[in-house]
Amino acid sequence: MAEEMTLEDVKRHVKVYITVFIALAILTVVTVAVSYLHMPFTPALLVALAIATVKAALVALYFMHLISEKQVILWVLLSAGVFLAGMFALFLGAHADQEAVATLATLILSSHVA
Amino acid sequence: MEEGHSHSDAHSAHKEGFWRRYWFSTDHKVIGLQYGFTALLFLLFGFGLMLLMRWQLASPGVEIPLLGALTPEMYNQFGAMHGTIMVFLGIVPLAVGAFGNYVVPLQIGAPDMAFPRLNMASYHFYFWGGVVMLSSFFVPEGAAKAGWTSYPPLADIETMGQTMWLWGMVLLITSSLLGAVNFIVTIIQLRAEGMTFFRLPFFVWAQFITAFLLLLAFPPLEAAGFLQLADRLLDTSFFLPSGLVTADGPLEVAGGGSPLLWQHLFWFLAHPEVYVLILPAMGIVSEILANNTRKPLWGYRLMVWSVIFLGFFSFIVWAHHMFITGMGTTISAFFQITTMIISIPSVVILSALMITLFGGSIRFNTAMWFALGFLPMFGIGGLTGLPLGLAPTDIPLHDTYYVIGHFHYVVAPGTIFALFAGIYYWFPKVTGRTMNETLGRIHFWGSLVAMNGIFFPMLIQGMPGVSRRLFDGGLTYSFAEGVMHYNVVMSVSAFILLLFQLPFIINFFMSIKRGKKVEKSNHWESTTLEWSAAPTPPIGHGNFATIPTVYHGPYEYSVPGYESDYCPQEVPIDLSTSDTAKSVES
Amino acid sequence: MQIPYEVKARPDTGVNNAKLGIWLFLASEVMLFGGLFAAYVFLRIGADAWPGMMMYGEETMAERADQILNVPLAFVNTMILIASSVTMVMAWASLKMDRFDRYKLYMGLTILLALGFLVVKGFEYGDKFDHHWYASTNNFLGVYFVLTGLHAIHVTGGILVNAYFWGPGTKMWKRGTARDKAHFTNRIEVAGLYWHFVDLVWIFLFPTIYLI
Ligand code: HEM
Ligand SMILES: [Cu+2]
Repeated sequence: MAEEMTLEDVKRHVKVYITVFIALAILTVVTVAVSYLHMPFTPALLVALAIATVKAALVALYFMHLISEKQVILWVLLSAGVFLAGMFALFLGAHADQEAVATLATLILSSHVA
Repeated sequence: MEEGHSHSDAHSAHKEGFWRRYWFSTDHKVIGLQYGFTALLFLLFGFGLMLLMRWQLASPGVEIPLLGALTPEMYNQFGAMHGTIMVFLGIVPLAVGAFGNYVVPLQIGAPDMAFPRLNMASYHFYFWGGVVMLSSFFVPEGAAKAGWTSYPPLADIETMGQTMWLWGMVLLITSSLLGAVNFIVTIIQLRAEGMTFFRLPFFVWAQFITAFLLLLAFPPLEAAGFLQLADRLLDTSFFLPSGLVTADGPLEVAGGGSPLLWQHLFWFLAHPEVYVLILPAMGIVSEILANNTRKPLWGYRLMVWSVIFLGFFSFIVWAHHMFITGMGTTISAFFQITTMIISIPSVVILSALMITLFGGSIRFNTAMWFALGFLPMFGIGGLTGLPLGLAPTDIPLHDTYYVIGHFHYVVAPGTIFALFAGIYYWFPKVTGRTMNETLGRIHFWGSLVAMNGIFFPMLIQGMPGVSRRLFDGGLTYSFAEGVMHYNVVMSVSAFILLLFQLPFIINFFMSIKRGKKVEKSNHWESTTLEWSAAPTPPIGHGNFATIPTVYHGPYEYSVPGYESDYCPQEVPIDLSTSDTAKSVES
Repeated sequence: MQIPYEVKARPDTGVNNAKLGIWLFLASEVMLFGGLFAAYVFLRIGADAWPGMMMYGEETMAERADQILNVPLAFVNTMILIASSVTMVMAWASLKMDRFDRYKLYMGLTILLALGFLVVKGFEYGDKFDHHWYASTNNFLGVYFVLTGLHAIHVTGGILVNAYFWGPGTKMWKRGTARDKAHFTNRIEVAGLYWHFVDLVWIFLFPTIYLI
């Protein structure tokens, strides 16, 4: 946050914080309400993740002031984000690939036995 | 940090007691030395464990004085702890904690690290992590036996030493996270005026990238460590599949977990970790080569981009350690490709260093010899890595002595030689005295021969398939028969290596007291700030009387038309008159 | 010699040391919790059933997490954490407005809310133990206990830091010079960044563990 904030700026910020709080509360209610619909797994997951991402973004942008943060910090977060995404993608990829191999192996084995 | 007592100014220094000055110091130079001494002791200890193992391998079952014949349990403990100690308690603390701490603030013109008290905390976490690791030898059934990689299911059902290993790792990870934050902030925030990123000495760049690797790669291992702790202490089954049967019958756990999950999380750290082992070494070698060839580093910018690229790619190659886990061809292809790509920047850096040698009037001192020794040794290490990075050749080589040979070439005659080079090079900075050259030569040539005597036969033994981690070295395998005799060669070489460390140890302690005093502060006539601008050694508290301003790049050696063959970074030169200098500066 | 940029931002980077430091630390925390989430996903897609076999009424197969976990309690806890994030940021804003009394109030509230979170968590855990559901029961409960447990440890750490800045840490502000006050305000901002991060982790833990 900039050091040179005036009193007016701070007061404006406080209003934003209250708005964000209300938005977060509403989104929490929504995500719980949706969960009581007992949707099938995939749509349920997507909705839950989408809402969580919006909430997280609100916290990061406004409470953590990322919206007006300096470049160095964005770079640091970007690097963590990239590696995290890589980790997730490759974990999932490795898992899916391994499953495919296992299925194939079982198929081949069973055809040999039969 | 609170003002005034965040770190010691010159005038308050003499008031501090022994503990405050040498144990709870917040001065980066003292902390660097603490790291250095502790890490050297751990290196020696880890080396000792390995000597006992080599003794056993050369003559299985022989009675070792004081210890008796090694049991398989002892052998496994020694093996696991050798790896852990060398990597996490020896090399990384020496390369980063000691050299990084001591040299980086001086090279960038900073009064200290950005967070002196965190720096102190980092050392103490490291120290106690080491104490926990060592004390695990004394718990019932001894230290961890599951290898430095701690693969479950074995590690999950291991004895109590494994739990100690995990707590020790938690402390060490905490230490390195604190250190990494500190290094990055220091390098970004505390550079002296004029010290732009492309005027940083290459050593600082290497430490910078290393810190990022530590910062971002260690936490997933910490996560994995917590999960393994839960498996061991809360009886969860994160890494235990269903239906596991051990020698004591079926395991009574819920099951449903995945041993592969550990491998993924472990290697997500451990591959970047191997670059943590090598990058600072490359940094040290670069400083020494530039200084002793009296030439600018060839391709400084190229090297910087290579090291950034290396850091980035080191995060997406980890599964080349897992080719035989039943991995599918798609994902295996991905990791083979990234592994081949990542060897390019390594080769670029090595080539740049070799080209730097061309046409230089080289000053041969011990530091330079070790730096020169690093080049071919690291070369062998890297080249032997390529067949391991390709699944078809890795499948027969995986878990054989070939792999052990590969990485030891990188780490032992590679990184450790660079660390020795660094000790000989910066010794006059720290003590104001030089180390003895004759003893240094003996140390270098003896170590060079012995190192190759130990590690080259490993490559040969691994090719017919001799497995690593065998208590008897492979005696019972018929395919190993033809290469068994190398065990004696390797073990004898290991003891010769020990012998040739004696001149170093003697030299080190003798030179502290009686080494030849340096005549001037800038003993090696170097261009970087730690030599040219920092006060005459031994430096007390505080780094620079006034922070210098930097005017040009780090390696302005032999600038045509300039009065001497080196122009320190804080001395302005008119670069417009010199073509060579301009090309370096640009 | 004084370490530069402890309080003032370095002109070319625009941040002070502590600000950069805490964000680097948070980046590593992102990787820590990221690793845990990745492990969770890895285990879950490899599991035959999730949550799986449970003593639940009779011994039966639980089909959804909310049959095992207490969603209303977790909902309350989510609200508590969000509220504490707001009070935290208000504490910082109060310092910016030079209202120390309000700072004490908001910081105190933040600490109380965090304690409330832990109390609710304690009830939740206790209820699981009453059913003889432990981390060892199956990997669903293992993930639940270990992930929320590590999060609770982070909450505890936050409480300790905040309590320090509510009590003894205020010495710095009370010294009253402009630099001290700016320094203290920075420290609260840094503590706040950590605290919001803890909230942010919970924002992901809640739906992924309790709701789906
Ligand atoms: C330059 C190119 C390199 C390539 C292509 C490469 C490739 C590999 C591969 C594929 C393996 C796994 C072999 C197996 O387990 O079957 C391996 C193991 C290893 N490498 Fe490298 N490597 C390279 C450089 C390095 C460097 C610079 C270091 C560190 C200083 C290093 C340290 C290690 C270690 C410690 C292991 C063994 C880990 C274990 O299983 O205990 N490597 N390398
Ligand atoms: Cu690797």
